[in-house]
Amino acid sequence: MPIEVILPKVDMDMAAGTISRWLVKDGDRVKKGATIFEIETDKSTMEVEAPGDGTIGRISAEVGAVVPVGVAVAFIFGEGEDVGAIRLPTEAPTAKTQDAPKPQPVAIMPATNGDSSKPRATPLARRIARAHGLELAALAGSGPRGRIRAEDVQQHLSTPAPEAKAPPAADSDLIPIDTMRRTIAERLVFSKTTVPHFYLGAACDVERLLKLRQEINAVEGLPKLSVNDFVVKALALALRQVPEANASWSDAGIQRHRSVDVSVAVAVEGGLFTPVVRAVEAKPLGQIAAEIKTLADRAKARKLLPSDYAGGTTTVSNLGMYGVESFAAIINPPQATILAVGAATRQPVVAGDEIRIGTRMECTLSCDHRVVDGAVGAQLLAAFRSLIEQPLRLLV
Amino acid sequence: MNVQARREADPTNQRPFYRQFQPEALQDALRRMYLIRRFEEGAEDSYMRGLIHGTMHLSIGQEASAVGSCMHLRKTDYITSTHRGHGHCIAKGADPKLMFAEFFGKEEGYCRGRGGSMHIADVESGNLGANGIVAGGIPIAVGAALAIKKQKRDDVAVSFFGDGASNEGAFHEALNMASIWKLPVVFVCENNKYGMSVSTERSMAVEHVADRAAGYRMPGVIVDGNRIEDVSEAVMEATARARAGEGPSLIECKTYRIRGHSKSDRNRYRSKEEIEEWAAKDPIRHFELELIARGILDEAQVDTIRAAAEQEIAEAIDFAREGTDPTPDEVTRDVYTVDLA
Amino acid sequence: MNAPAIRELSYAQAIQEALAQAMDADPRVFLMGEDIGVYGGAFQVTGDLVHRYGEDRVMDTPIAELGAAGVAVGAALAGCRPVFEFQFSDFSALALEQIVNQAAKIRFMLGGKVSVPLVMRFPAGSGTGAAAQHSQSLEAWLAHVPGLKVIQPSTPYDIKGMLLAAIDDPDPVMVFEHKLLYKMKGDVPAEPYRVPIGKAIVRRAGTGISIVATSIMVHRALEAAEILSGEGIDAEVIDLRTLRPIDTATIIASVKKTGRLACVYEGVKTLGMGAEISAMIAESEAFDYLDAPILRLGGAEAPIPYNPVLEKASVPQTEVIVARVRDLLQGRI
Repeated sequence: MPIEVILPKVDMDMAAGTISRWLVKDGDRVKKGATIFEIETDKSTMEVEAPGDGTIGRISAEVGAVVPVGVAVAFIFGEGEDVGAIRLPTEAPTAKTQDAPKPQPVAIMPATNGDSSKPRATPLARRIARAHGLELAALAGSGPRGRIRAEDVQQHLSTPAPEAKAPPAADSDLIPIDTMRRTIAERLVFSKTTVPHFYLGAACDVERLLKLRQEINAVEGLPKLSVNDFVVKALALALRQVPEANASWSDAGIQRHRSVDVSVAVAVEGGLFTPVVRAVEAKPLGQIAAEIKTLADRAKARKLLPSDYAGGTTTVSNLGMYGVESFAAIINPPQATILAVGAATRQPVVAGDEIRIGTRMECTLSCDHRVVDGAVGAQLLAAFRSLIEQPLRLLV
Repeated sequence: MNVQARREADPTNQRPFYRQFQPEALQDALRRMYLIRRFEEGAEDSYMRGLIHGTMHLSIGQEASAVGSCMHLRKTDYITSTHRGHGHCIAKGADPKLMFAEFFGKEEGYCRGRGGSMHIADVESGNLGANGIVAGGIPIAVGAALAIKKQKRDDVAVSFFGDGASNEGAFHEALNMASIWKLPVVFVCENNKYGMSVSTERSMAVEHVADRAAGYRMPGVIVDGNRIEDVSEAVMEATARARAGEGPSLIECKTYRIRGHSKSDRNRYRSKEEIEEWAAKDPIRHFELELIARGILDEAQVDTIRAAAEQEIAEAIDFAREGTDPTPDEVTRDVYTVDLA
Repeated sequence: MNAPAIRELSYAQAIQEALAQAMDADPRVFLMGEDIGVYGGAFQVTGDLVHRYGEDRVMDTPIAELGAAGVAVGAALAGCRPVFEFQFSDFSALALEQIVNQAAKIRFMLGGKVSVPLVMRFPAGSGTGAAAQHSQSLEAWLAHVPGLKVIQPSTPYDIKGMLLAAIDDPDPVMVFEHKLLYKMKGDVPAEPYRVPIGKAIVRRAGTGISIVATSIMVHRALEAAEILSGEGIDAEVIDLRTLRPIDTATIIASVKKTGRLACVYEGVKTLGMGAEISAMIAESEAFDYLDAPILRLGGAEAPIPYNPVLEKASVPQTEVIVARVRDLLQGRI
């Protein structure tokens, strides 16, 4: 059987695409995975790969043709398969040409109502989603017939993108999916499939930090601080220095946030929450520590208020307490960055020309490339590192 | 009432009409009849030249009832008029310039171009409006008469309407109320024989509209509507009665419209002969001959009056053509006294 | 002894007081209608006014709605301020010519040279067992006509103030009075006062849903809101008060706050108040704040039946409002 080459759906609410370029012609040999044509969508040009090995034939959509999603535009024939045996739809896509622009689109466009891929959502839900650069298709609606309501969007926005991979199942018991799990799943899929991530790593020298922390925690009457409290503060101050990164992608434009609100991942039974410490850059460490503690306690008791987890302009995820040396986290949309923090470990370090024992903490910054380019991300990580390695700067 | 007999009884100028009105007033009446005739002809001409849109209802042939009725009216008296209302408006004292401006839909028109042919009215001269609804103005005239009575004025309200209107419920309800409340209103029916295409013979259970007055216990008078003196004398009596608080009257003017109902009329319901027969009874020509016979005017003076009317209408049309069109952003203007927007 | 400044009056008494005060203040004001004299009006609204003001100012008309309406129009044009009572709003059909073609349009047709300061009162609504020709709510008919103003006061306080405002108004104002409200009591100041035409009022503030209601439905909506508040649903109830011109700002502000809209009215649901308000919201900036479909609760697509069970079923009742709003808030609609 010849393999159908269809015009694939490559965009959320795409009902049709325009073929912008063919890289093969009838009779060409193709290998599975080779780019055979490109399609133009509202947002970008997408490459379409050959779905199998063989000889391309019966290309039926010319460059410029508007083709509904799912319609065959060519076939790949195996050895000895008859090119003539394929029956094509009578209305074959034709090119839009300068001379004859009239009979343009080709096959009938599917109506956008009915069972279309367009999510059913209330105007308010759409408005909130728009403001947060959120794709509604990533959400599950709790209203009648799956209608997405404002509440669904709010809940979606307030639930963290979990970093920890679910532990592999020991056997094949089917665990029912609860709302938290479903939300985590949807948001992760949405983030990982729509946000172009890249990762930057740095091994930070935390000798001084640990020493300073020890000193502070030894003083009677001062608040007890965790390493994570320092990390949160350092990330906030770093984002202050590189404000381009304290931003979110939305269709309307890049939203640059004035204050740095840091979501802190808190693991709970069955999932995790990311409550938000607001305006971290302006708060003393003691206050940050106290707030994180309160929020974490509330999260564990499942008593977080929607206002506790709404918003956030970046996230800190720390798996150091589990002995994880380094990891990369998935961004929590519409945030543009997340910092994954590993354990502080004693290890040989090169100091000048000699090797000595130092303490290093591996930090990995994940960035949304739509908002944060490599250089900006690097600046942010460098600023963070500089602050965390000179922790006194976090105190004044 | 025998029209012919009445005239024969007045070989000299003994009729009340000629005794009551000075020669100047009679000349002015003729002038107004000419103004109406020329206005209608000018309107028809403008229509055919494509200068106006919409239709119109011409009162050529009915000038005597309009002018004869209004000769007795003061500025504070009211009239209500009909879709065939240009004549009433002129008779009550309107300026043809401002009427033509309205006819052309201009801001300078009496209704700022919002009313058009069917609603031209000079409120200042006591015209409460020409009405596009058959019999629409009759109860309104009764209401105005009620106001006059409440305000203890000795004014009257005259309601013009056609034979067709007398078949409407509003006519009967209004006449009944005017009578039970003894209101100062004069109902002037211009019976031109047809309600659009249907003759009075086919549409009325009685022979004369005036017969219907009996049902409302008011005088019902029939006059030759093409003879201004007949109309005027009947209205004179009716207005006197009204002003004296004795209640309403109904006057039926037997007349004829020479033109069709409106510009879309193809005259399928009446004969050419009938139209010609009535054209021969032209009310203007009749009045001219009377005035000349009675020595009130000579031919030369008639020519002067006619020429002056022609001149005035020509100037009115020029004035209207130069008028200002309303601007689209004012489409809701004057819907309410205080603009809601 | 001075009369107390605020007394409890019935809706009908409040009307009568407004009419009397208007006639006291302005000799141009007079009343006309069928059986409003010694009979006192079909619903005893004019009561004994004829004895106080005489037959000239409290005029019985023949049973001739069209002609009498035209008389009112003419009197208004000629300097009077008539207040015309229909026995039943249903009979407005007999007079529509004068209301729609004359009263509403004369000012416009005459280029703004005249005004028609006319008030018409229409006892409306079902619930009295008067069946199909004496129970209708036809306010939407008249609200469709530019040149008219249409009001539906829902309380004794409002009817007095709005009726006085209507009598002051230079343009024709149509007053729809629900017959079941005539006996309703409420605080009414003794002195004359005005409640502006064209201004809605929030009768109950809430955050969960905006219920826009008219006339008697305001009271049913308020009852429903009380019941719903026990279920944690916090409804805002807006008394529209004026159907033309509609106070869009108050409704838009409310819907932006609550994200939900229900329209409750007794007139036939289709092409009625709810259609207008819904469409207005859909066109407005409040659209983007809607978090649920809009709900319309209006009269059945049928004439008002005689049988009391059917009669009740043909217009929104409190329980129905509760149930439908609950469904909406709980995501079943």
